[in-house]
Amino acid sequence: MKDRMSLVGNEQKFQSRVDAEEKVEPKDWMPEKYRQNLIRQISQHAHSEVIGEQPEGNWISRAPTLERKAILMAKVQDEAGHGLYLYAAAETLGITRDELIDRLHTGASKYASIFNYPSLTWADIGAIGWLVDSAAIVNQVSLQNTSYGPYARAMVKICKEESFHQRQGYNIMMTLMQGAELQREMAQDALNRWWWPSLMMFGPHDAESAHSAQSMKWKIKRRSNDELRQQFVDQAVQQAQAIGLAVPDPDLVWNEQREHYDFGAIDWEEFQRVVSGNGPCNRQRLAHHVSAHKEGAWVREAMAAYEAKRRAVPAEVA
Amino acid sequence: MKLHDPLTRYVVRLGDDALIMGHRLSEWMSRAPFLEEDIALSNVALDFVGRARLFYQYAADLMGGEVTENTFAYQRDVRDFTNLLLCELPRGDFAFTLCRQFLYDAYSLPFTQALCKSADSQLAAIAAKAEKESRYHLRRSRDWMLRLGDGTAESHERCQDALDQLWIYTDEMFECDALLDGLIAAGIAVNTEGLRSEWLDTVTETLHAATLVIPEAQGNVTGGREGIHTDDLGFLLAEMQFMQRAYPGLQW
Repeated sequence: MKDRMSLVGNEQKFQSRVDAEEKVEPKDWMPEKYRQNLIRQISQHAHSEVIGEQPEGNWISRAPTLERKAILMAKVQDEAGHGLYLYAAAETLGITRDELIDRLHTGASKYASIFNYPSLTWADIGAIGWLVDSAAIVNQVSLQNTSYGPYARAMVKICKEESFHQRQGYNIMMTLMQGAELQREMAQDALNRWWWPSLMMFGPHDAESAHSAQSMKWKIKRRSNDELRQQFVDQAVQQAQAIGLAVPDPDLVWNEQREHYDFGAIDWEEFQRVVSGNGPCNRQRLAHHVSAHKEGAWVREAMAAYEAKRRAVPAEVA
Repeated sequence: MKLHDPLTRYVVRLGDDALIMGHRLSEWMSRAPFLEEDIALSNVALDFVGRARLFYQYAADLMGGEVTENTFAYQRDVRDFTNLLLCELPRGDFAFTLCRQFLYDAYSLPFTQALCKSADSQLAAIAAKAEKESRYHLRRSRDWMLRLGDGTAESHERCQDALDQLWIYTDEMFECDALLDGLIAAGIAVNTEGLRSEWLDTVTETLHAATLVIPEAQGNVTGGREGIHTDDLGFLLAEMQFMQRAYPGLQW
């Protein structure tokens, strides 16, 4: 009874700290569900960065110019770096990177479903940088104020790099739109394929979002899925129009009253299909990660063995 | 695309080594044994692609007209590429990639140091930047030789196998040909033959520390400088040049 009362007391104290916008730090007391919820969200975010290396990395070897090649290499390298900060942030919650990777491989932990779509043409690299990174920025800027300190700080660093990524993607699209007819078609085709999956990145509507209410209360999430999605649509539509791209949504219209764009219904069946494993590339994305991880096992073992030998040497000498 | 001016040919040759090495390294992105290595390998890959761009941009300046850095990378066929065969070999496993890197870095550091003294100020300037990178590359690839050579039985075996495979391609780094002779005499090119003993000292010391052995002499395979390559380069170029070949003459 006394334990239960102190738990209730701790939870109240915790909530009032969160309400007062104090950051929660790794050694602070936190409700177990808060911890688990954060591990779920941060690791999903980390896995997304890492799996996201694949659709973009696919074009490093085929980039059309040396400058584009170098920029894309730097960009994909940044994504890997983001994965690293985020795994480190998740580890502060008492879980190891091995466990997190294991959860990715068993399917217990998800990654952003958008990376289950293929990058078929060079314009897809433009569309991913422009739309997917824009969507990520909209979401991550709000997470700079998330209640968990290490996560909030990782977001500040990541957002700076993402805005460079977004610009490089948009620059690819702009260059294509200023080019030949076939380049404009390539850009439009990429927008047509990436537009709806980008809207889906913000997750289900607020009313249907499984984790939203509690996450908002704990200030893990700061703004709702629908609010973030609206902000993304408002800015992306204007960016598309500025370079002559048509957003593939017949219902898209500026709403004077709301001062926002109204947009058409999202195909949630497709979303569910891709999330549950039947997108065009789900199997390849996961198999690629599993196989690289397995193939690398001997290297990780060698490194551990070498370090162990080095640590043992001074003891033997003594 | 036939190049005649000796200096241009030399600069493009150095660009080819860097581009093909960078391309091979970049193939590791998302495939490395752990995330830190995705980052580290692409860092080194970026250094090499950056180096290739500097050499090609200089060659484009020397040629003038419509030629750009991209002309060299995307509009030449296998016979025009003059990179070392060592650079183009498929990436193999992690041991193969790191052994190749070590053998090349141990050459690249004294090479870039010597090129810093070139009578050609542009080459000397590129070398000054590259030398700093090579110093770091060598430290990194040497560390990996120690870890893999003196790690587990498996890593030792993989590493020794890779060295045995690669050894036959190392002699080409030190080859001198008529093009080099002229440029060496003018104080522009590096006398690569003169780098051999420093390279062998570095390699011997490191392999010894890593419990690995220097492979037995097996003769050597060369030809890269004359555009006689392994079959693998054609496939690399087919992939790398796809966009410029499928959609020629456009801006990207």
